[in-house]
Parts: sequence; C-alpha cells; structure tokens
Amino acid sequence: MGDAGVNNGKRRFLLVASSVAGGAAAVAVAVPFLWSMQPSARARAAGAPVEVDISKVEPGMMIRAEWRSKPVWIVRRTPEMIEALKRMDSKVADPESQRPMQPQYAQNEYRSIKPEWLVLVGICTHLGCSPTDQLKAGPESGLGEDWAGGFFCPCHGSKFDLAGRVFKDVPAPTNLEVPKYQFLTDTRLLIGEDGKGA
Amino acid sequence: MKKILFLALVLPCAAYAAVGHVKLDKAPIDYRDAVSIQRGAQVFVNYCLNCHGAQYMRYNRLMALGLTEQQIRDNLLFGPGKVGDTMTVATRARDAKEWFGVAPPDLSVVARSRGADWLYTYLRSYYRDDKTATGWNNLVFPNVGMPHVLWQLQGQQVLEVKEADGPHGKQSVTEVVLAEPGALAPIEYNRLVADLVNYLVFMGEPERASRVRIGYIVLIAVGVLFVLFYLLKREYWKDVH
Amino acid sequence: MTRTQALLDWIDARFPLSSLWKEHLSEYYAPKNFNFWYYFGSLAVLVLVIQIISGIFLTMNYKPDAAQAFGSVEYIMRDVPGGWLIRYIHSTGASMFFVVVYLHMFRGLLYGSYRKPRELLWLVGVLIYLCMMAEAFFGYLLPWGQMSYWGAQVIVNLFAAVPIIGEDLAVWIRGDYVISDATLNRFFAFHVIAIPLVLLALVVVHIMALHEVGSNNPDGIEIKKKKDASGRPLDGIAFHPYYTVKDMVGVAVFLAVFSIVVFFAPEVGGYFLEYNNFIPADPLKTPQHIAPVWYFTPYYAMLRAVPAFLGTQFWGVLVMGAAVLIFFFLPWLDRSPVRSIRYKGAYYRIALALFVLSFVVLGWLGTQPTDFLGKLGSTDMAVILARLFTVVYFAFFLLMPWYSRIDRTRPEPERVTG
Repeated sequence: MGDAGVNNGKRRFLLVASSVAGGAAAVAVAVPFLWSMQPSARARAAGAPVEVDISKVEPGMMIRAEWRSKPVWIVRRTPEMIEALKRMDSKVADPESQRPMQPQYAQNEYRSIKPEWLVLVGICTHLGCSPTDQLKAGPESGLGEDWAGGFFCPCHGSKFDLAGRVFKDVPAPTNLEVPKYQFLTDTRLLIGEDGKGA
Repeated sequence: MKKILFLALVLPCAAYAAVGHVKLDKAPIDYRDAVSIQRGAQVFVNYCLNCHGAQYMRYNRLMALGLTEQQIRDNLLFGPGKVGDTMTVATRARDAKEWFGVAPPDLSVVARSRGADWLYTYLRSYYRDDKTATGWNNLVFPNVGMPHVLWQLQGQQVLEVKEADGPHGKQSVTEVVLAEPGALAPIEYNRLVADLVNYLVFMGEPERASRVRIGYIVLIAVGVLFVLFYLLKREYWKDVH
Repeated sequence: MTRTQALLDWIDARFPLSSLWKEHLSEYYAPKNFNFWYYFGSLAVLVLVIQIISGIFLTMNYKPDAAQAFGSVEYIMRDVPGGWLIRYIHSTGASMFFVVVYLHMFRGLLYGSYRKPRELLWLVGVLIYLCMMAEAFFGYLLPWGQMSYWGAQVIVNLFAAVPIIGEDLAVWIRGDYVISDATLNRFFAFHVIAIPLVLLALVVVHIMALHEVGSNNPDGIEIKKKKDASGRPLDGIAFHPYYTVKDMVGVAVFLAVFSIVVFFAPEVGGYFLEYNNFIPADPLKTPQHIAPVWYFTPYYAMLRAVPAFLGTQFWGVLVMGAAVLIFFFLPWLDRSPVRSIRYKGAYYRIALALFVLSFVVLGWLGTQPTDFLGKLGSTDMAVILARLFTVVYFAFFLLMPWYSRIDRTRPEPERVTG
C-alpha cells in the first residue's frame, strides 16, 4: 500500500487542511445568522435620535420627549434653580457625578452642556418607575419645608435634585441618566446623539 | 449562465408571462447601474408616491446607490419624516379606493410579482379611451383604474388597428401610436421608464447587488472546500479495493 | 492514561458514547460499492438541519398574524441584517429537500432497497415523505401571499369533498369558515414545532432501521452473507472514515448547487419562489392561475385529470391520495427474484422509465393551466395527457406483481461488482 510514512503524512495534512477549511466555512456560515440578531433597520430607525423644539419652554418649566421608548425630560432652569444647586452638594450621594451616568460633557455641576437646560432620562435608577417632577421649592410639594426643587419617585420614595442627582439615604443608587444630546440650534435639541467635538 | 441553466424550466412559464397575448418588451435595465436607479427614484417619488405606497422601502436604503443622507433628504424626501422612515403613501387608502375604484397597490415588491418587462411595457402602453372613467386605457392591463400619470412626458397615444402580414396571411394588428407628442421624445421617455422600472426592481430587492457579490465569494470558498474534500476522500479510499 | 481517555471512560460509564460511535460509525459496515445515488441520504439529513436552523432564525422575526405576516417577511428581507440570506436559504432548502428526497427514493426503486428485510425502512421513509409534504404545505401558507392563500384554500377544500363529513372537516381544519388568521396561526404551530419533531423522530427511526439490517447496494446482494474471520462483511467498509469522508464531497457539490441558487437565482424562474406570492393574500381576488409548488404538481395534475362522477369531485382526491399511498405497498408488489435493476430484465427497465416519464410529465402538466395545449374534441389536450400518464403511473405499481415475475432476470453476483 505504498510507503506508510508518506501515506500518513499526506493523510494528516489533508485532514488538518480540510478540518480547518471546513471549520472556517462553518464559522463563516454562522456569522450572518448571529448577525441577524442585531437591531434591524426598523429598530435602528425607531431608536434614531429625536429632535425636540425647545423654543416655547419658559424658565422654570419642563417638557417631555420620547426617545427609544423612554421618557426624556427637558427642564429650563431659572437662575435661582441654578444657584440652589451648590447648596445641594451635601445632601446628594454623588455630588460630582463620578459614577458614569452622564456623557463627559455633562460631568459638571449642572450635569448639562448649558447651565440653563437640563436633559434627563426620566427613569428612576432604583427599579425603573418614572419619578414625578417637583420643580418648585417649598412645602407645597409635600416633601417638607426645605424641599429645594427636583424630582420625587412615588414608588419607593427616591429623591433627585434639579440636576438629577440622587439624594443620600434613598433606595435609588445613582444619579438620573443624562442621555447623549446636542444643540442643533439654540432652539432645537437632538436627543440621542453627541455633537461633533463633544 | 443563469438563462442557460434554467431555460428548460422557464420555457413553460413564457406562455404565462405574455398576459392577454400582449408581447412584452424586454426592459433595457441593468441592476448595477446605480445612476439609472437614482433617476428612477426621483421619478418614483415625484409621480408615484402620491397614490402608491412603498411601505417596505426605507429612504435610507437609497444610500446603497451612493447617495448621502443629505441628498436623500433634499431630493427625495418630501414632507416631514426621517431618512429611516419607510415610503408611505400620501393618500389614504380609503380615499384612493373611492376615487379610483380600487386602492392603488403598494409597489414595494411589484417588480417581483409583475416582472420588469411587464412594468416596462405597461408604462408605455397607455392610450386615450373616452369610454373609461379616467379617459385612459392600457394594452397590457385592459380597463386599468390607474390614469396615465406620465402622459405629459410621453404624450398621448391612440389605438390603431392595422392590416399586417402574419403567418396565416393578412391579419389585423392592434397597436398604440403616438398621436400627440409630450415633453419628452419617445427615446427619452423610454429611457425614463427604464430608469423607473430599474428603480422598482431595486425596490423589490435592494440587496440584490450584494447578494450577487457575496455569491461569487461563496462559490470560490465552496470550490476550495470541494478540492480539499475530494483529495481527502481519494487519499482515504486508497485503502479500499 | 491520557486525560481524553479518562474523560471518555467517565462518559462511557454513564452514556453509551463509545459503543454508539462504534455501532453506527466506526464499526458499521456499509457496502463498498456505493455510487452517485447513495449521496442523497446524508444530503437529506443536511437539508433537514439547514431548514431547522434557518427556520429558527426566521421565527425570530416572522409574525404569524394575517395582518402582519406578509409584511414581516419583507421586514426579514430588508430590515433584518442578513435576513434576506436566511429567507433565501429556507426557500431554496424547501425545494432542495424534495429534489434530494425524490432522488433518494429513486435510488430505492433502482436497487430494490425496499425489499425484504428493508420493508419497514421503506415504510418509515414513505412516512417521512408524507410528513415533508405536510410540512411544506403548512409552511407555504406562512408568507401569506396570493399563492399561499389560494393554494391553501384549494387543498383544504379537497377535504370538503369527503362525503358526509367533508364540510365540517374543512371548517375544523381551518378553524374558520374560510382560510383566515386562525388557520395561519395553527399552520404556524404545525410547521414550526409539531411536524419538525415528528420528522426528527422518524429520521432517527429510519436510520436505526437501516443500521439494524445494513445498507443495500447497487448490486442488490446481501454483503452480510460473506463475512471474514472476525465477522466483518467481506464487501463492507467502515462507514467512518470512508463514507463520512466521501459524503463530505457530496456535501461540497450540493452546497455549490445550493449556493448558485441562493445567490444567483433564488426564484428559479418562479419555481422556487412563485411570482404571485409577492402579492399579499386577497380573499376577494383569486389569481388567474393557481398552481402548487413544483414538488406537488404531479399529484395536482392527477387531481385535475379525474372527472367528477356522481356529482362529486372526491374521486380526484382519492386518486391523488392513492398515488402517494401506493408507495407503501411497493415492497409487496415487487415479486422479482432479484433486487437491483442491474439484474432485472427489460420489463422493469421500461416500466421504471415510463414511471419516471409520467412523474415528470405530470409534474410539468401540473404547473400549467388545463387549457394550455388547446383542445382535442371537447376536452383539453392537457387533461387527456394527464389522464394517460396517471394510468401509466399507477400501472407501474399495479402491474408490477405480474411483470416483475415474468421479467427475464440475470443471476446476481456472489460479491459486489462496484
């Protein structure tokens, strides 16, 4: 049957080559199937960034938008609200926003690009309820005499300030998420996408 | 290659393709001609999208033709909406049904059901007919509810019955003949229709170009596998006598 | 002892892995003279796996709802990344399954693979064929195109032709008075889980039955009759590695053909993906020309060929059903002293050729409207041809006990001839 050594060597080579090629082919076939599980064009279109017109928002008021089926709050803070933020530093758990709940351009004392405009994802970081807005300071909020304005989650009592920072000693562990966003113009926001050079 | 391979299978279908015994002209289109498809897209959104929808076609698909999002938005997207949206129709189906008797069908896959040749012939076979509701009739689709949307470009054709020599002696032949010229010369109009049909074919299967491209790679890969497996088999079967 | 060996021993003490490997692969002896016709069994298993995997990924995005089904298929074709490929693989695989299985069955007719002791193997195979037909029928409704809808309408109405219980039977099958969302949903359940489970079980039984008696071969002789000192058939070779390696070549060729279709001509001129099925189902508008998919057309031609007797179309249904069920009887119809066509006489060769011809012609006739060949007298020519070839088809089976006995056979060899 010929030289056994050559036989086996050739056999082994062909076996290895075929196995490698076959294995590569199997992986190549698997790729499109696994890739098909990625978000479809429809999902990407639905998840696309959302433009919001903020020209009609008065100072001290809030509007709601929807992005990727999530509520997005846009608050136009008054100068008093912005001032009051500094006094909240001792009451909030993460005053400098060290946990990664915001894009890099929102890692500042206002947690926003412009101090006047606050953009937050309105979902409590505890278990996902949507907090109520209690923007006005004072006891009418039902949250005590020294309520300085912010957000209150009715599900388990978590509280957030007017920069979305979570209070100490509440169930929620982190600040409210700031989504990616940019100012297309002074009156139009694009939620869901960073600006160039953000 | 494709034609030779499947000629025997396609032949019985040929009789079926010639609906109503109208001979269909071959659509002079090339699916690889991206510029033709772009022109066709423009015709489509300007003339067709008012009544017909293309609900499975997303605007941003057109980027495969070399267009940028901005170009799509500027030239092809009328009204509000994003490039990720689908080409939904402007008219409500209910209204269209009232006006035309039947809701204009969605055109996303019309090229796959009717075929390019049918569409190409259909869009060039309209003729004036005072007996219909729209004033138009069509050789390929008798008593169609759709008016001749492109009439200003093609002009007006009329039906003519001529005597011609056939295989069994003289026979009458029904033809459409251009009675009043339109904005485009016949050759230009035919080109426009070809572009539009090319776009409809593209819309029916936007992935066609990449399908063919990947196909060549796959065939080469399978060829390599075949060679390796055959050599392996031959080597092992040396044991067998 | 190596770690692999230790692991293997651990498993073997708990699961018959090594013994299964030996019994069905490395020490399963198959005749050494398998030819071209013997590729199609392993290819059928391959196609089954392809259909299951592509089917699973289609179900991730398909919506079995009358209002959403058609759209969800287009969604898969356009919006799901690589969805078009998965869809084409599944539609091509469906037709290729029948190509492969018809060739696999033809091998049986050539070499007498249904003869004793393989009758049960053949019966299980015919059951698999029936399940495949049901699976294809249920699956075809899912895209909810015009052909899907009206094809299902026609076939379910066949059940309505059954005397007395017909109408109620048809309503029960549909879950409604017409093909509707209820029908679509249950056909989805049958197609996606019920029949695939049955198919998988039958395939396992089929292979077990085969391994119990051993494979036949082109010469139709029993290799187990001549064994060597250690009990191995002289004309046998171990399935692994010889046929595993040979079947891989078959797989490569198959994948080449498969890929040509998927990537260059997935519609195959309207035979694999019918043009009319790109029109959403419209219960108010029947297409001018309904035809089943090509693999059903021989039986469809027979159905149309049988005229109505005594006010009912049921006879056509009976004939069509009989044409499929008659396969079950084949092991007992063949009375030839030899198995393989190689040693049978002219009668069987002519009969088989006529059978193949009738299957192909009937298949072709079934794709066309009945008037496509004009009329002969007051009847359509195509119907006359269909009647003629239906008779030929049945004659192959029904006359077989007679012609297989009087056929002049040649003596079978003692050892395989390759």
